[in-house]
Amino acid sequence: MFHLALRMLLGDRAKYIMLVGGLTFSALLMTQQNGVFQGLLAWTTSHMRNMRASIWVVDSRVEQVNETKALRDTDVNRVRSVAGVDFAMPLFQGVLKARAAEGSEKLIQMIGIHAGTLFGRPTKVLEGELEQLRMANTVAIDELAAERLGSGVGRPLRIGDNFEINDREARVVAICRTERHFFGYPYVFASYDQALQFAPRQRKMLSMILAEPRPGMTPEEVARNIQAETGLAAYTVPQFEKSTISWIWRNTGIPASFMTTIILGFIVGIAIAGQTFYSFVLENLRHLGALKAMGASNGLLSAMLLFQAMTVGIIGYGMGLGLTALFGFAVAENGQPPFKLQPEAILRTFAAILLISGLAALLGIRKVAKLEPAVVFRG
Amino acid sequence: MNSPAENSPDSSVPAVALRGVVKAFGTGDARTVALKGTDFTASQGELHLVVGPSGCGKTTLLSVAAGTLDWESGTVDVFGTRLNGMPRSRVTAFRRKNVGFIFQQFNLIPTLDLVENVSVPLLLNDVRRREAEEKSAALLQQLGLGGKERKRPTQLSGGQQQRVAIARALIHEPRLLIADEPTSALDRETGHQIMDILAQAARAPGRSVIIVTHDPRTYRYADRLTDMEDGGIAGVYHGQALRDFVSIHH
Repeated sequence: MFHLALRMLLGDRAKYIMLVGGLTFSALLMTQQNGVFQGLLAWTTSHMRNMRASIWVVDSRVEQVNETKALRDTDVNRVRSVAGVDFAMPLFQGVLKARAAEGSEKLIQMIGIHAGTLFGRPTKVLEGELEQLRMANTVAIDELAAERLGSGVGRPLRIGDNFEINDREARVVAICRTERHFFGYPYVFASYDQALQFAPRQRKMLSMILAEPRPGMTPEEVARNIQAETGLAAYTVPQFEKSTISWIWRNTGIPASFMTTIILGFIVGIAIAGQTFYSFVLENLRHLGALKAMGASNGLLSAMLLFQAMTVGIIGYGMGLGLTALFGFAVAENGQPPFKLQPEAILRTFAAILLISGLAALLGIRKVAKLEPAVVFRG
Repeated sequence: MNSPAENSPDSSVPAVALRGVVKAFGTGDARTVALKGTDFTASQGELHLVVGPSGCGKTTLLSVAAGTLDWESGTVDVFGTRLNGMPRSRVTAFRRKNVGFIFQQFNLIPTLDLVENVSVPLLLNDVRRREAEEKSAALLQQLGLGGKERKRPTQLSGGQQQRVAIARALIHEPRLLIADEPTSALDRETGHQIMDILAQAARAPGRSVIIVTHDPRTYRYADRLTDMEDGGIAGVYHGQALRDFVSIHH
């Protein structure tokens, strides 16, 4: 009987297209918005992937990686002296003004890393040598910085080009690839000492300390030791990511905005699929009554309706996911808007679409369960 | 355990026997009694017409006899199987096997082709799809619809659609055939063709056909005729009495 259920569904072309269309739109809205939201969240923790370190030490009041409360210079040595710390290096991070070739000012994300070890260096260097950061007035810039700061010369900045940071000349010695930051500022790397010269002078300039555990010790153990012995906050990468994302949830309207859209997608799915499927059942009520009179049980008719609803649900989900994937490929080129489709989100959307389909079927099942087979004799 | 309907080929057992059946719709002031302690018997091998004015309870009687409608009191036996107190699921299973239906508006599923429509009762009785479709195509051929098996009901005339409905009602060889106004939507000639088919079906051993009708043109096909009035039986006619009734009303 299930092949007949399918034929009944496909035979009503208009309703079938409406159902699949509604569920496709719903699945698209849920997965695409979730993907952009996850991409945006990923941007908030991009520092941790651009400057890889196992342990991040910050002021005890700092809750997220984009926040800076300066430490004392002596804190680096305090951390180095903690049991289990293999090495610890200072890090400067701050938003500075840079002057592009045509004179316009752009904000940049300045990162100062330890000159000796270059610990915290960007992961992928496209051109040039990072080792040259040890020379005076040198910087490594990411592709976004090359593009933005080169707007005046009509081409991206190249190795050997100059620009100004806080009225100081900076010479490009390397171009690297980074993961884009939440604030949208391009990354500019310099040695720690050089970064301090670029930045406006303050009493305390040390933003963070990056550390690694000794072999045989886990980052969690060492982070706990640092916290206990120095009173500073020490996070492993997963802990800092979690804390940063938690901060975003608690302190910005971004999650609420995306969640609203995702919930709307769910509601739109229920509204369209529920209403259309219910109308499909109503139009077929006479035939369902005839089937019931001929001996189709409530169980069989319910299974047929569920099968029909799940069929359009799965097709709509597949199409919605396909369109989301197309969107993902389209934006992957320039990374705007951010997009990160996680397997859990795909599964959650699948569950949501099945739930929508199930609820739509339930409306019809209730109607059919109450239907008296004798209704077919009443004209 | 099999019911008597499945076991007994005893032709003396009435096809349908209703005794003192009461059925009402609504409650309070809106309560309408459709069957007022009605007795009704249809025998095997007969085409039994139920006639009477609109609202006299014909369709309610038919629905109760087919096991598609619950009643309040009285007994209902179909081929010796008492439906009283039978769980709904068993009544459904009983109907699936033993009853064929022909509806006034045909009730063919418009999105299925003719073979698929006719196959439905076989599929409900767990016959494999291929076998069901072969059998359905053969019966459609017998009923003069050869070559149209893969057409949709809407591509056929009213008379052809009713023949498809008859094929669907007969395909699983039910013992009881229930028809509600099967000729009301048809012209005179087609109506007679349909009644010929139904009369022939009624002659099959161990089968009974009950038809509710308003159409006096069909009276002459009856082996027995029950005249209803106001929820009760006004008269039952057969033999010479039936011929007299037909000549008066035709």
